[in-house]
Amino acid sequence: MSVNQRASDHELLLSLPARLPEVMCATPSELRGPVEKLSNVQSLRCKECGRDYPQEPIYVCDFCFGPLEVIYDLHAASKSMSRESIQDGPLTMWRYDQLLPASREHAVDIGAGMTPLVKAENLGKELGLNNLWIKNDAANPTHSFKDRVVSVAATKAVEFDFDTIACASTGNLAGATAAHGAKANMNTMVFIPSNLERGKILGAAIFGSVVLVNGNYDDVNRLCSELGDDRRWAFVNINMRPYYSEGSKSIGYELAEQLGWRAPSHIIVPVASGSLFTKVFKGLNEFAELGIIDSNNSKMHIAQPAGCSPVATAFVDGQTHPKPVIPDTIAKSLAIGSPADGFYSVEIANKTGGSGTIVPEPEIAEGMKLLAETEGIFTETAGGVVISALKRLARENIIHPDEETVALITGTGLKTLEAIADQVETSTIEPTIGSFDEIVMGTAVT
Amino acid sequence: MPLRRVTFNFKKEMIQRPVIYELGKMFEIVTNIRRAEVDHDDGWVVLELEGSIDEIQRGLEWVTKQGVEVSSLEGDILAG
Repeated sequence: MSVNQRASDHELLLSLPARLPEVMCATPSELRGPVEKLSNVQSLRCKECGRDYPQEPIYVCDFCFGPLEVIYDLHAASKSMSRESIQDGPLTMWRYDQLLPASREHAVDIGAGMTPLVKAENLGKELGLNNLWIKNDAANPTHSFKDRVVSVAATKAVEFDFDTIACASTGNLAGATAAHGAKANMNTMVFIPSNLERGKILGAAIFGSVVLVNGNYDDVNRLCSELGDDRRWAFVNINMRPYYSEGSKSIGYELAEQLGWRAPSHIIVPVASGSLFTKVFKGLNEFAELGIIDSNNSKMHIAQPAGCSPVATAFVDGQTHPKPVIPDTIAKSLAIGSPADGFYSVEIANKTGGSGTIVPEPEIAEGMKLLAETEGIFTETAGGVVISALKRLARENIIHPDEETVALITGTGLKTLEAIADQVETSTIEPTIGSFDEIVMGTAVT
Repeated sequence: MPLRRVTFNFKKEMIQRPVIYELGKMFEIVTNIRRAEVDHDDGWVVLELEGSIDEIQRGLEWVTKQGVEVSSLEGDILAG
């Protein structure tokens, strides 16, 4: 339950069915057959006290309530994993299944991963960076990086024999969960604030059941936390979280592979909960430990919007623990006021010599426009935060011109059209050459 | 009895006040601290609350009114 100061008097009016529909056919796990191989997972381990737990749908340590993380037997992985074995794998994130908590044979896979890494020469010239790359995760099946995490969560949900997969979302996670739930033949419960833009609701509802909740963000958070305790559902970012978050590592693996088996000097990451930030770093570290890359010396840079910057603010202020904030940003996909992995993100940014950038709200749309106009990539608002942060880092010489730099674009701008409504200009003409010349070309015939 | 796992975030002016003790005295809630960090400027405490759902709700509303920020252990669930 979340009871911070955003609580309102809105009444929760929930269109939840009285009971879940009966599944009239085989369960998802029956359809897929027995799980024969559990990748190279060693255990779940508490990130605070180090206690180990078996692979179960749990997410906090019973003893200290610290978060649990998947730990791998890297020695075992080293025997079967190499650059060549990876390249022989499928053209999806599941080519790295030796370092994911499930095997590709049983994956709920709609094609997430292996998204383009684009050499950004035009944007680089604009910013004075000669070695700039854009990792375009908007190219995922439901147009955001959330496909990676939900693919793993759905796979584990099937493995644990859940028949229902659930999430609470204002956008990208909703679509990813609904799509993977459909692919896995599972019941799907996607909870969305009822005042969300219609396009986002429809973008998830097309795949299956979406529940609109009358209430603010806190109300939805609280409801889902209570449902998570009350129902035996696979909530992707609650009881599936240790597995779910592992999907983000595949971005780190792909960066290394696509760059020719090395880690870049700088990675700029949009931060919400901080999970993506920590897992990209973890992925590169695992590759370094396995000898797949020589080393991981990437400097990890936090990018957050001014309207919700608890992690970047903690970094800038020299604090270790981000203080919760009330989000008020146009970057809705980064509107996590109480970030579960904020502490660990600050720790990594400090350890790697990275940074934390707080991007003023007006600069978000400017960043979106700059990327679109220079590289032909239409990013969501989170990407605008990243590009504007990158611009600042280049201007302040935190990133030097020749250093290899990757900016993560995590979703498409088509989901956040309202953010750029007053940033773009169009011309309307009459259907005549004269009108075209006059209005568009500015060369009116006299 | 229902259990709830939460994080209390204390601002500087609240650090010296025994809010968790008061919570246990004023409401039918058993408080069980699992992890904490407190310094001169601020602090946080991860704890488990045991009591009826309504009593926990009332207790947390009271804590919030005192100026302590309360968040769920898992952070915000509602994601973009």
